[in-house]
Amino acid sequence: MSLLEINGIKKSFGDHQVLKDISIHVDEGEIVSIIGRSGSGKTTILRCATMLETIDDGSIVYMGETAVKAENGVLTYASSADRKRINGYFGLVFQNFNLFPHRSVMENITDAPIKVWKRNKDEVYAEARALLKRMDLADKENAYPCQLSGGQCQRVAIARALALNPKVLFFDEPTSALDPELTAEVLRVIKGLAELHITMVIVTHEMNFARNISDRVIFMDEGRIALEGTPAEVFDSGNARLTEFLGNYSD
Amino acid sequence: MSIQTMLMQLLGGFGQTVIIFLLTLVISLPLGMLVYFGRASRLKPVSALVKVYISIMRGTPLMLQLLLWYFGPFYLWGANIGGYKFTAIIIGCSVNYAAYFAEIYRSGIESIPKGQYEAAQLLGYSKAQTFIHIILPQVIKIVMPSVTNEVITLVKDTSLVYSVSYVEMLAVAKQISAAQTTIFPLVAAGVFYYIFNVIVAFLMERIEKRLNYYH
Repeated sequence: MSLLEINGIKKSFGDHQVLKDISIHVDEGEIVSIIGRSGSGKTTILRCATMLETIDDGSIVYMGETAVKAENGVLTYASSADRKRINGYFGLVFQNFNLFPHRSVMENITDAPIKVWKRNKDEVYAEARALLKRMDLADKENAYPCQLSGGQCQRVAIARALALNPKVLFFDEPTSALDPELTAEVLRVIKGLAELHITMVIVTHEMNFARNISDRVIFMDEGRIALEGTPAEVFDSGNARLTEFLGNYSD
Repeated sequence: MSIQTMLMQLLGGFGQTVIIFLLTLVISLPLGMLVYFGRASRLKPVSALVKVYISIMRGTPLMLQLLLWYFGPFYLWGANIGGYKFTAIIIGCSVNYAAYFAEIYRSGIESIPKGQYEAAQLLGYSKAQTFIHIILPQVIKIVMPSVTNEVITLVKDTSLVYSVSYVEMLAVAKQISAAQTTIFPLVAAGVFYYIFNVIVAFLMERIEKRLNYYH
């Protein structure tokens, strides 16, 4: 059983079909990178997998539990109790962090586990401090997002997602809003997570990073999966579209 | 009549002004949120109806609305409106200000980025929890300056109840002024309004400052 099964999903915005029959399976402990040019549907896959977007066709299954299924545009969701549990299986790190500006770093991380998931306060705080230490932010727990750099904000956002102990963590271009120096510090943190065998699905434009960290790389092209395999298989495939795409990068 | 007596009578009227002001505020601030929910409702008839209501409240004079609220029941149904004046005033002012507050809230709520809702959804917050814990605190900070404006206008608008012959500070001032043929009570009433508004502005500014811990 895969941790996540995306089965034949399709998604259109108006007349434009963004996802054309996408299937992706992710196993526990796997790190999957999704690459491809802007508009190829990478982000939309994550937004569908995390229920931020509806799907037109196909199904999304976590741990064998169907979160949502669509047939000819008719959506069937899991019951609301099941949905809440399924919702706890995944976390998402946004491109622009989406931290809560009126809440301190500590509150950003602990509010959901305590208020929403009714966990023990002391336990949550202890875990949050450990996470902040791991993120190199031990001294920032009382700071507000506006007092932090972009890289620090993104690390708080990662800690916030991890505080819910998700089974899989999605990253939506986590470094696209950052300058090269801050990008490096965020990528270092994500690499650190890889060592903990946290399952991750990462949409990224950092090709070297994708090559180094991933168990599997998916190359998206015009709403379809053009290539899928180990980093070596994909990057050394000689695929014309990929070569063209990568060529744009080295320029 | 001594100046002291005049001031004491004015202060009595001022008490009425303050009561109308506070009651209207306490009712219209939350009522405005309810009106906003109506306007934002997905039920088309509800949102259309609320839109018409806001449009009428903002498009006609408050003084006229007060006259209608007070005399309406008598002209329409021949109701006895003897003890009803104060209630009519509070209803009229509250319902009018709620419409303005609803529009202020709307501007604030619509300025919150979609990402805040999405982050909350991903963390498991329900719609109600998202609104109460994530959206509302940010909205309060955003709308504070506009609300201050409206509250200061309300202090002055309390004098409109004069149109239904309710005795508050301005009415008292005009009575004394006419009886004693002196301009002093009118000037003194102006000073009272002004000082009251300076205090209101000061308090609102303190709240704004307290919310300035982030931007």
